[in-house]
Amino acid sequence: MAKILMKGNEAIAEAAIRSGCRLYFAYPITPQSELIEYMARMMPKVNGTFLQAESEVAAINMVYGAAGSGKRVMTSSSSPGISLKMEGISYIAGAELPAVIVNVQRGGPGLGDIQPAQGDYFQATKGGGHGDYRLIVLAPASVQEFADMASEAFELADKYRNPVMILADGMLGQMMEPVEFKEALTDAEIEELPKKHESWCICPNEDGDKKHHHEINSLEIDPVVLEKHVTKLYEKYAEIEKNEISYERYNISDDNEVLCVAWGTASRIVKSAINEVKKDGKSVGMIRPIKVWPYPYEAIAQAIGPKVKKVYVFELNTGQMLDDVKIAVAGKVPVEFWGKVGGVVFTPAEIKEKLEACFKE
Amino acid sequence: MEKISYRPESLTQTPFTYCPGCLHGVAHRLIAEAVDEHGLINKMAGVAPVGCSVFAYKFFNFDMAEAAHGRAPAVATGIKRARPDMHVFTYQGDGDLAAIGTAEIVHAANRGEKISVFFVNNAIYGMTGGQMAPTTLPDMKTTTSPYGRDTDDIGYPIRVCELLDTLVSPYYIERVSLLSTADILRAKKAVSKAIQYNKEGRGFTFIEFVSTCPTNWGLDPLKARTWAKENMLPFFKLGCFRDKGAE
Amino acid sequence: MARTTVDPKFCKGCGLCIEDCPKKILRFSENINDKGYHYAECFAQEECIACKICYITCPDVAITVEK
Ligand SMILES: Cc1ncc(C[n+]2csc(CCOP(=O)(O)OP(=O)(O)O)c2C)c(N)n1
Ligand code: SF4
Ligand code: SF4
Ligand code: SF4
Ligand SMILES: [Mg+2]
Repeated sequence: MAKILMKGNEAIAEAAIRSGCRLYFAYPITPQSELIEYMARMMPKVNGTFLQAESEVAAINMVYGAAGSGKRVMTSSSSPGISLKMEGISYIAGAELPAVIVNVQRGGPGLGDIQPAQGDYFQATKGGGHGDYRLIVLAPASVQEFADMASEAFELADKYRNPVMILADGMLGQMMEPVEFKEALTDAEIEELPKKHESWCICPNEDGDKKHHHEINSLEIDPVVLEKHVTKLYEKYAEIEKNEISYERYNISDDNEVLCVAWGTASRIVKSAINEVKKDGKSVGMIRPIKVWPYPYEAIAQAIGPKVKKVYVFELNTGQMLDDVKIAVAGKVPVEFWGKVGGVVFTPAEIKEKLEACFKE
Repeated sequence: MEKISYRPESLTQTPFTYCPGCLHGVAHRLIAEAVDEHGLINKMAGVAPVGCSVFAYKFFNFDMAEAAHGRAPAVATGIKRARPDMHVFTYQGDGDLAAIGTAEIVHAANRGEKISVFFVNNAIYGMTGGQMAPTTLPDMKTTTSPYGRDTDDIGYPIRVCELLDTLVSPYYIERVSLLSTADILRAKKAVSKAIQYNKEGRGFTFIEFVSTCPTNWGLDPLKARTWAKENMLPFFKLGCFRDKGAE
Repeated sequence: MARTTVDPKFCKGCGLCIEDCPKKILRFSENINDKGYHYAECFAQEECIACKICYITCPDVAITVEK
């Protein structure tokens, strides 16, 4: 398939449809509006459901119902709307339902602004909703990767019966880049997808007189039973941590003087800066977590080369992933942070300046 | 001898967790009987959000989803859209439906979502211990209106059937009571009609049950029925507000 | 001939059936069930007219009526 020039918001929508998503519930918000609008245009053409809900709260609960029915379902929003979805996400995690949630982050807190930011890292990776649960969180850094993550997100959601978030930002949502789509699932393939869930999900009982009684539920009033349930969830999360960590190693070598850690849009800018300092004969490596949960702690620890003076974290927030990097580095070398907030995005030149300061130290 | 009245197949063998004499059980039975009557046990899904009926997923003998407070109409929408061949209902209390879930119910009704909603109005928050509900009567004492509901301060009870009746899309809206055997028989007809319309995919159907909460009203089950007849029925008038199937 | 039986497993002794039975042939048993309720019982089966009112009124679906 030839590459098409597309906005990230549209690319993720198209890729979700190609991945067999036929149910989409959402509420408009900038900077993800192209996503909901694309779904409004395209879902009817594939006999899918597009429903503009009365709120993000309603949308995520529609997702809960559809996911409880074993079908591939997606919702999307931007930061303030994701806050409203947190209740539903906690229920989806508790009831172990497969669902995909896209967050095209903007500046916060509160209404914030509509420019790109990475301020929802804590919310996405450390909870956000109430209770002991985890989201699998994918963090794209290009429009192509954003699109590729659609099928990956649905597969992970199906495999682990867990909500999966794609944590993008306004920059990736709005930016146009060439993207190549995977081949779309056929109608027959899509029809097969929910079959693997039909032992537990809401579905007609085709089996004549053998009634079934499936419960979609996150309530366990008996503390001993709830403890068992949450323990089982944690065993699942441990399994995910074992199998699903993904990251990119960029320019990692024994010559590295600084090791950068950055994710999403921020990592693209850091990459440019790394290439710039390379021209001056300086070696800087970068670990880019592709999933921010489960987190690549070991990969970061291993990437600290013999000459690394410092691990430098760059984010479009006030230092949220920083905590995870510190856990990974475990005091071996100093960890420094620099970020921009409020929808202001740093430039490669600014990052370069920060790196150069390290070489002088 | 032949059994002429017995536990419907659509109820499990799990005893209800409701207080003695609580009429949630009657509403459950009517729904279960209607599901049996219309032969839908293999294609039925119910959604019960929090409230005393949050355990309804254990009581109905078909697929059930528990839902967050007030969100059942949204969850039911998701199920119905994902599985159009299933028949879906919600079962909601008055605190759930008429307070925290006001947006969800109004918009599900307004979309004409092809689901049935069973709404149990006992003028109180039962599960959490008898706090004021949006349906609590004027001057009625509850744990959060200890001096009686002050309508100047907090407004009048919401009449949900009347509210939904202002919308164009709903197909069938009726208010019934569970306060006497005669009323229960009328309620049975209404529930059966709602489930029949649901089976036929006609549109949004809504049944409000005027019910009781003996425990939090501080009355025995018999007195609770009498109190509700005398105090709730004058404010919450029984009757059919809308039946597009009969037009 | 009619028979009304109350399943003690479901009965919570609320008394609604006892109040509503037109023949007044239901009462609380002297025995209690597992939950400690004095469950309802029919003490004069021969007078039962199989009107089903007890079944209709029972919130715990504890009653079976046969004819
Ligand atoms: C988000 C949220 N807020 C509050 C509660 C606590 N809560 C549980 S049930 C309930 C009220 C239920 O009242 P109603 O819907 O009238 O049902 P009833 O118990 O009277 O049948 C409340 C406030 C909750 N579970 N979730
Ligand atoms: S608290 Fe009230 S509504 Fe809840 S089960 Fe008891 S009597 Fe019924
Ligand atoms: S069927 Fe009628 S007469 Fe017989 S016990 Fe029940 S209420 Fe009484
Ligand atoms: S109405 Fe039902 S629960 Fe109440 S006493 Fe009679 S049989 Fe028992
Ligand atoms: Mg109530």
